[in-house]
Amino acid sequence: MSVLEARELVVDIPGRQGGDPLTARILPGQRWGVLGPNGAGKTSLLHTLAGLRPPRSGTVLVDGEPLASLRRRTLAQTLAVVFQERQDSFPATVLETVLIGRHPFLSPWQREGADDVRLAHQALDALSLSTLKDRLVSTLSGGERQRVAIATALTQQPGVWLADEPTNHLDLHHQVAVMELLHQQAEAGAGVFLCLHDLNLAARWCDHILLLYPDGELCFGPADTMLVPEALERLYDQSLSVVTVNGKPVFVPT
Amino acid sequence: MPGTRHRPLPALVALGLAGLLALMVALSVGSVSMSLQELWAVLLGRGNALHDTLVFSLRAPRALSAFATGGLLALAGALMQVLLRNPLADPYVLGISGGAAVGALLAMLLGLGTVLVSGSAFTGALLSTVLVFGLAQGRGSWTPTRLLLTGVVIAAGWGAVITFMLTLSPTEKLPGMLYWLMGDLSYADSPQVAWLVLVPAVLLTLPLGRSLNVLARGPLQAAALGVAVKPLEWGVYGLASLLTAVAVTTAGSVGFVGLIVPHMLRLVLGNDQRIILPASVLAGGALLTFADTLARTLMAPEQLPVGVITALLGVPTFLFLLYRSR
Repeated sequence: MSVLEARELVVDIPGRQGGDPLTARILPGQRWGVLGPNGAGKTSLLHTLAGLRPPRSGTVLVDGEPLASLRRRTLAQTLAVVFQERQDSFPATVLETVLIGRHPFLSPWQREGADDVRLAHQALDALSLSTLKDRLVSTLSGGERQRVAIATALTQQPGVWLADEPTNHLDLHHQVAVMELLHQQAEAGAGVFLCLHDLNLAARWCDHILLLYPDGELCFGPADTMLVPEALERLYDQSLSVVTVNGKPVFVPT
Repeated sequence: MPGTRHRPLPALVALGLAGLLALMVALSVGSVSMSLQELWAVLLGRGNALHDTLVFSLRAPRALSAFATGGLLALAGALMQVLLRNPLADPYVLGISGGAAVGALLAMLLGLGTVLVSGSAFTGALLSTVLVFGLAQGRGSWTPTRLLLTGVVIAAGWGAVITFMLTLSPTEKLPGMLYWLMGDLSYADSPQVAWLVLVPAVLLTLPLGRSLNVLARGPLQAAALGVAVKPLEWGVYGLASLLTAVAVTTAGSVGFVGLIVPHMLRLVLGNDQRIILPASVLAGGALLTFADTLARTLMAPEQLPVGVITALLGVPTFLFLLYRSR
């Protein structure tokens, strides 16, 4: 159970002056979705919350401790990041890649033990990757690699998930499977914070929504108060139609 | 790592045995060849005087220098490849050998002795490292691409200086200079320094292996998994530079060991740095020892520069691997 908190946080985005400060707490069990057009700074916000880039001002805290005072290794035991872009310049198998998620828990001389391997196999199962475990990651499709990245984060057993477009490259079935997995993680007590492009996934799976405008303006709140067509039309500069399916709004560009 | 393609320990044992074999061959082959029994007698202190002199004064220092140099170069190459996340990086890619060569040639031009040539080469290597370090740092932002470009351009600059110096040099000094540039172990008679650097370096890099595995997946991913990226990167850069500087000082710029040894091992053993780093040391040492034995026996009494042998072995092997990897 961990709480990720932003206090008067202004993300440092080159070429943008000002921007609203963000003060918010991502509590255990909450599922946050960040929406905004290209270049609004969703990824920069996510990286700042993960302590991977310094904020222009303000602080990020995990369980009341400022990130700056935490060792990266300690932080990585609580917080997992799923990146939008990945490098694999060197060959590695799927299982090796997923086992990397145990890195923050092992001392320099320690090798991965049976428990670590078991966690990795569970993560592979959860993302239906078991049959691919001995394949080289470089030979996988985009969607399969995305699932490997999520399985790596799952192996980390994080208290807080920061995921940058976790449904990128995924087919419909796996989009739903991944969102369901993140939902389960939240039910089990994790805080989940996602950058998303798909309004409808956000509407169906997130309970909190943060809208990020290109000029740095932001607003957030419970999903049903934020997902109103007028706000979203202004956000994306795109007119929308709304229909209701299974009690949830579905947005269609018009 | 459990579940990897190969068991690491047998591979390391096999490479260790290959290293021992290369050293034994190096000790027993030459102008006067020895049988295994004779070598054994010498090692136990029961050999005849000629054999004693050959082994302890001539062959052993040279073979141990070759082994340590090969190990240093292969370890430096493996580290550089992870640091720059570029499989084509080698210990010289950042211009260290160029700086060392300029230092060595300068000392030779001035007619200084072997020790001063080595000292001057080492100074040149460190100077080049500091230069690349400082310039790549720029105004804060540091990326592998920037480091690589800075290093490559500095290396090209050194190349021009080297050519210029060769042009100016009197003819009688040219052979020594060319031998130095191609890598040569003829004067490598004190292996102590190389070993004193190699052994602690191996012990230091062993616990870093898993962090380097994570770093190979990019600095952001590594940071998110708890690696202190900047200290690790600068540490690896400093260490790889030191290893290269010591290797170049011992034997000149021996090519290809640092590039192909880690690669061959990756193709066979996978890319777990916890295995690749020690395996590179053993394989690099064995290869250079073997190549140096060939260099001094193939055309005896003529001695070939060992760099010629490693390049002759290295070029086709590397092209083959590259061709096959497509």
